[in-house]
Amino acid sequence: MPKLDIMGVSKFYGNITAVDSASFRIEDKEYVCIIGPSGCGKSTLIKCIAGIISPDRGEILIDGEPVKQVPIEDRKIGYVFQDIALFPHMTVRDNLAYGLAVRSAGADQIGRVTNEMLDLINMRERSKSFPIELSGGAQQKVAVARAIATGSYLFLLDEPLGALDALVRAELRYELKQLAKDLGLTIIHVTHDQEEALSIADRVIIMKRGRIVEIGTPAEVYLSPKTLFTENFVGETNLLEGKVLRIEGDLCTVGIGSRAIRTLVSGRQPDERVVVSVRPEFVAITSASGADGWRGRIKQVTFLGSLNHYLVETDEGIELVAHTTTTSELDKGFHVEDKVDLVLDGKHMLLFDYPTEGLEKEIALE
Amino acid sequence: MPAISFTNITKKFGKVLALDRLSFDVQNGEYLCVLGPTGSGKTTLLRLIAGLLRPDEGAIYFDGKPVNRLEAHDRNAVYVPQQYALFPHLTVLQNVAFGPLARQKPEKEALDAAWKTLEMVRLSWRAKAYPSELSGGMQQRVALARGLASGADLLLLDEPLGALDARLRLDLRHKLRELVKQSGFTAIHVTHDRDEAMSVADRILVLRGGRIQDHGVPPRVYMRPSGIFVANLIGGANLLEGIVDTVTEEISTTRMRGGLMIRTPRAPLPTTEQPVILAIRKETVEISSRDIQRDNVLKGEVREIHFLGSFREYLIRLTNGDVIASRRFLEGMESEFKVGENVTVGFDSRDIIIFAYPRQGLRKELEIS
Repeated sequence: MPKLDIMGVSKFYGNITAVDSASFRIEDKEYVCIIGPSGCGKSTLIKCIAGIISPDRGEILIDGEPVKQVPIEDRKIGYVFQDIALFPHMTVRDNLAYGLAVRSAGADQIGRVTNEMLDLINMRERSKSFPIELSGGAQQKVAVARAIATGSYLFLLDEPLGALDALVRAELRYELKQLAKDLGLTIIHVTHDQEEALSIADRVIIMKRGRIVEIGTPAEVYLSPKTLFTENFVGETNLLEGKVLRIEGDLCTVGIGSRAIRTLVSGRQPDERVVVSVRPEFVAITSASGADGWRGRIKQVTFLGSLNHYLVETDEGIELVAHTTTTSELDKGFHVEDKVDLVLDGKHMLLFDYPTEGLEKEIALE
Repeated sequence: MPAISFTNITKKFGKVLALDRLSFDVQNGEYLCVLGPTGSGKTTLLRLIAGLLRPDEGAIYFDGKPVNRLEAHDRNAVYVPQQYALFPHLTVLQNVAFGPLARQKPEKEALDAAWKTLEMVRLSWRAKAYPSELSGGMQQRVALARGLASGADLLLLDEPLGALDARLRLDLRHKLRELVKQSGFTAIHVTHDRDEAMSVADRILVLRGGRIQDHGVPPRVYMRPSGIFVANLIGGANLLEGIVDTVTEEISTTRMRGGLMIRTPRAPLPTTEQPVILAIRKETVEISSRDIQRDNVLKGEVREIHFLGSFREYLIRLTNGDVIASRRFLEGMESEFKVGENVTVGFDSRDIIIFAYPRQGLRKELEIS
C-alpha cells in the first residue's frame, strides 16, 4: 500500500533554494507533520509532492512508481489547504459529490459515498446547507471529507486548520487524526504550530531554510532533539552559552559566566564551547534560602491556567524562564521583585555544540 | 477616572447586532485583552474606540469626557488593524518614524525613537527594507512598532501577533506586554488565542455574540469562570453532566450517568434534582495505578494519550462511559500509563465548578459561532 519516497528533491527560485535535497520515506498509514518557520520551504515541498510544482532535482515515488509519470488527475492524492475552497453555490452534499461526479461515478455510488462522508463528519443534518451557513471549522471538515470521498489514500494538508479560531483548531486536530487512523489514511500535514504537530503526528519533520533539520517522533524531537534549532523551535527553552570545565564519569560540569552547572551528559571534552538548554518546566523556584545555587529576582509573573510562567533575572544578569504547575505544592505564588533561588535540573539538560554561525543565527525564526 | 468607559453601547450592521448593550471600563495604564471567537464583535469594539465607527446607542467616554462626536484623528489613539497598512514607498524605519514626524517631532528624535522600537520588535536589521521585501509576520511587527512609536496614549491592537508563526508568537507576547507597560500605554488587544490573552493582559473581557460573558483578571476568569462557555474557552475543562442528588451543610453529591456519585461543592447553586454541568480542570485530575486519597476516586481505562511537549493528556473512560481528561507534566520519553490500562482517577470537590445545565443544551452553549 502507499508508501512515499522523497529522494533528493530540490526546488530553486532564481538564486533562492526553496527546498534543498529533501530525502525521506513516509510509510503506509503514517501521519507525518512538517513544521518550520515561515519561508522554510514546507509548503513548496508539499506542493512538489502534490505535483503542483515540479522539483528541479530529485524524484518522488509513490509505491516505488515515479509520481511525475502519472497524470495529476490519476494520482489519487487528496489536497486540502488553509483557504477553504468549497463551491459557494453548492450545498454540503453537492460539494461532497463533486469529486465523484467528475470521475463519472454512477448515481448509486455517489449517493452511497456521500452519505458515508456525511456520517463520517457527523453532518448529515447539515447536508442541505450552503458553505456560508457553516462555521469555519465545519467548512474545513467538509473540505477534508470531499478529498476523502474521491477515494484518495494519500492526503496532503497544507495548514488545514490555519484559518480557524484557536479553540476550534485544538478540537479539530484530534478529529482529523482519528479520521486518518479509522480510515487508514496516509497523511502529510504542514503546520506552523508546533503544538499541533506534537499532539497528532506519528513523526515530525522539522525544516529550516529549505533543508530538513531532523525527523523524529514527537517525544524525540521535544525531549531529545539532535539539533539546537529543533530544541528551540518545538518549545520554549532557556539557552545558556558556556564551556565544558571538566568531565567526571557521567557528570559534565559546564561553566556559564562565573557559575558552574553540572549535567548528566556524556561524550563531551573539556574546553568545548557549548550551549546548555533547559526547558522552563525543569527550572524550579524556591524561596531564597542561601543555598549554593542560582539566585535571582522575579521580573514577570504570568498566570497561564495550569501553569505559572516566571521570568527571573539572576544575580549574574541572565534571564531564565521557569514554569511551575499551579496544582503543585511547591509553587508558593511568587511575586514580581521576590528574591528566589533557582534549581536547574541537571538530569534534564541538553548540551549542544556552540553553532559555528553563532547562537542567534542558529535559532533564528525567520 | 477610567481611561475608557463604554455605557450601554449597541452597534448594528443592517439587521445584525454586532454589539449588544456593552458596558465596561478600562483604567488608565491598563492592558485589556478582548477575547472571543470570530464574529463575537471584537474588532467592532476596537473600531468604536478608534472612532472609525459610531455606536447606534450608548456613549463612550475617554477620561470622563464623551467622545461620540470626536473624529478618529482627535482621539489620541492609535489603531493597529489586523491588515497592517504600511506605506509601500517608505522604508521600515520611515514607516515607524511617520507618527512622531507627523506630530512635528524633530527628525533626529523621531528616527531615534523609531530605531529603538524596531530593536524591541527585533527588526532593526531590516530598517532600510521596504514593506514588500518583508514576510507577513515582519510587516505585522513593523505595524506594531509604528503603533508603539506613535506617541498616542491609547494603543488599539487587532490580533497584533495573528500573522506570526506560533513559535515567534510565543516569544513576542511577553515582550509585547513589557513594551506596552514600559511606554505607559493604555492598551486594548483583541485576540482569539486564550494563552496570548492570559500572557499579556491585566484583565480579560470575554465576548460572545456581541455580549460580555466575563470580565476580570486572568486567574479569576480561569478559576471561577462566569459560565460553561468561558470555562471551555479559557483553558478547556472536563464538562460532565449530572443531577444534584443530596445537599448538606458542607457538601453536595451529584448523580452521574450510570448512577455514579460524585462529591461536589455545596455553594452556591445546587438544589436537589437540579441538572448540572461539572467543570473540572484537566490538571486537577490525578491519574494513578494505585489507590489514591481524594474526595472522588473513580475507576477507568486509558483510551487516548496526547503528547503536547511539556505535558501529556490522558483520556480515560470511566466505568459509567463518561470520558475524563487528565493533564500530566514532567513525564519522560515514555508515557507513565498505556492505552488500554486500567487506572484510578481522583479529584477533589473544591476543584469542581458547578453550573446549572444550560437551557439550550450543552452543545449549543459551547458553540463557537
